[in-house]
Amino acid sequence: MADVKIENYTMNFGPQHPAAHGVLRLVLEMDGEVVERADPHIGLLHRGTEKLIEYKTYTQALPYFDRLDYVAPMNQEHAFALATEKLLGIEIPKRAQYIRVLFNEIGRIGSHLLNLTTYALDVGALTPILWAFEEREKVMEFYERACGARLHANYFRVGGVHQDIPAGLLDDVGAWFDHMPALLDDIEGLLTNNRIFKQRTVDIGVITADECYAWGMTGPVLRASGVPWDLRKSQPYEVYSELDFDIPIGKNGDCYDRYLVRIEEMKQSLRLIKQCITRIPDGPVMTTDGKIAPPSRGAMKQSMEALIHHFKLYTEGYHVPAGQTYTAVEAPKGEFGVYLIADGTNKPYRCKIRAPGFAFLQAMDFLSKGHMLADAVAIIGSLDIVFGEIDR
Amino acid sequence: MVETLEQLGAHAVQHCGVAVSAADLSGGELTLSTTPEGLLGLLAFLRDDPACLFKSCVDICGVDFPERELRFDVVYHLLSLKTNRRVRVRLAVDDATAVPSATGLWPSAGWYEREAWDMFGVFFAGHPDLRRILTDYGFEGHPLRKDFPLTGYVELRYDEEQKRVVYEPVKLTQDFRSFDFLSPWEGMTPTRPLLPGDEKATQNG
Repeated sequence: MADVKIENYTMNFGPQHPAAHGVLRLVLEMDGEVVERADPHIGLLHRGTEKLIEYKTYTQALPYFDRLDYVAPMNQEHAFALATEKLLGIEIPKRAQYIRVLFNEIGRIGSHLLNLTTYALDVGALTPILWAFEEREKVMEFYERACGARLHANYFRVGGVHQDIPAGLLDDVGAWFDHMPALLDDIEGLLTNNRIFKQRTVDIGVITADECYAWGMTGPVLRASGVPWDLRKSQPYEVYSELDFDIPIGKNGDCYDRYLVRIEEMKQSLRLIKQCITRIPDGPVMTTDGKIAPPSRGAMKQSMEALIHHFKLYTEGYHVPAGQTYTAVEAPKGEFGVYLIADGTNKPYRCKIRAPGFAFLQAMDFLSKGHMLADAVAIIGSLDIVFGEIDR
Repeated sequence: MVETLEQLGAHAVQHCGVAVSAADLSGGELTLSTTPEGLLGLLAFLRDDPACLFKSCVDICGVDFPERELRFDVVYHLLSLKTNRRVRVRLAVDDATAVPSATGLWPSAGWYEREAWDMFGVFFAGHPDLRRILTDYGFEGHPLRKDFPLTGYVELRYDEEQKRVVYEPVKLTQDFRSFDFLSPWEGMTPTRPLLPGDEKATQNG
C-alpha cells in the first residue's frame, strides 16, 4: 500500500446550522472525527447596540436590552435599570421589586426550558422540546399580559416597572405554577436517566472550577463545576435577600451536570415565584419622583405640571449625574453586567454590555479540543449560547 | 487585614507603589488607575495576592475620550469569588501606544482584548491572535470611537448581476438627524457650563 499522508482538514460549522443555536460560524480543524482546534467566528448578528445606546436617552436605550438575550429579555433590562438607578441614587418601591423578581424568575424558567430542550434536541431527543415549548408559550403570555409584548418587553423601567400587572395575572401564574413540577418531572423522566442522553453528555466538555475562574465563566456553567456562586445570593439585589432559595451545584462540571443544574434551578425559580406571589405588597410600581417616572394619563389631563413632565421626559429624558458603575445581575445564562459611564447629560456616554455567553463561547476551543465532532454540538448546547447577547 | 474596598485600595498602593497612580472609591466601587507599564504587575498582584485573589477577569473594554491627549481608557473589571469583591482597573492610552496583553494572566482576556481592538483600535502587545472579532471580514475603522459616525461608511447588499454581496458607500434617504434635546435648565451638573448670567448669583451673594 502506498504511503498516504493524512492531513488535518478544516470544516465550517454554520453559520446556518441548527445545532449552532444562532449564527455561529465555527471553523473546526479536524483530525478525522476529532476536533483539533475550534475557532468560533462571531459577529454575524452584530448590530452595534453599544454604539446605538450612546445616541439614545436612557429611556430609549432600555429596549435594546430586550434584543440581546432575546430568550430572557427582562433579565437584561434589569441590569440596565439597576445600573441607571444606582447612578441616579433612587430606590424603587417594594411592589416593583417583587414584580421584577417575579418576572426575572419566570424569564429564567423560560430561558432554561428553551435551552435544555433544544440541547436535548441537538443530542437526539425530540419530545422534550415539544412539551417545553407549550409551557414556554405560557411564559410568553405572562409577558404579554404584563407589558403587551411577547418578546421585546420593555417592561422594566428606570424607577420601577412600566405599569402594574393586570388583575388576575398572579392567580394565573399560581395555576401555571401548580403543574410546572409535573412537566419538569416528565422532562427529567425522558432525559435524566436516558442512556443515550447520558452517553452524549456525561464526561463531555469537563471544566474545573479553577478553569471557570480563568475563563470568566459564571452562572450555571460555573455552578455545575461545584462553585456555589450566584449573584442573587452573594451580591443580592432587589428582594432576593428576603427570599428563600437554594443554589444547586454540580460535581463534575461536564455537560450532564450543566443540564442537572439548570433543571434544579427551574425548581428553585418556582419556589421564588411562589414566595413572590404570596408576599407581593400593594403600592406603587414606579418611583414617585416626577422627574424620572412619567405621569399617568389621568394626571396629564388634570395637571399642567404632569403634562410638562411628560413632554420633558419623552423628549429630553432625565439627566443622570456623572459617574460610572458596573452593575451585574444573575441572568439565566450567567453574570450579565452593564458598565455604564454617565457624563451628566441625558444620554449614556458609554455602555459596555458584559454578556455571559461571550465568555462561554471563548472557551469553546479549550472545551472541545480532543472531543469528537458530535460532542462539540453537545458542548455548544450545554453552554446555553444566544447570539443576541454575544454579538450585541 | 483587608476588609473594605478602601483598605484594598491602600493595600494595592502599598504593594504596587508607582504602578497605582490613583485609588478612587466612589459609589461603592473601587477604581485603580495605572499605566501601560505598570499594568501587568498590578493585575498579577491583584490575582495572586492572598488578600485580593481576583481570579476572574470578568470584562475588558475600551472607552473613547477624543478630547484627551491619551484618548482611550482601557477598563478591566475583576471579580474575586473568594472575597466577594469587584475591582476596576483603568489606564489611559493613545492609539499609538500598545497595552500589554493580559492573556498570560487570564485566558478570558483574549476575546475581550480582541473586542477592544476591533471597536476602538487599542493595540495589545503580546496578544496571540489579535484579529477583529465582531465586525465583518475586511471591515475598516473602529466603530465605537466617538468620531465614527453612527450610520457607518458602507452598506452592503446582494447584487443580482454580480451574484455576490457588494459594499457601497452608505446612502441615506434622509439625513441623519441627531436631535439635541439637552436643555440647560434641567439637571445642572458641574460638568456642564453655567448659563450666561449665572455667575451673578454668587458674585453678589
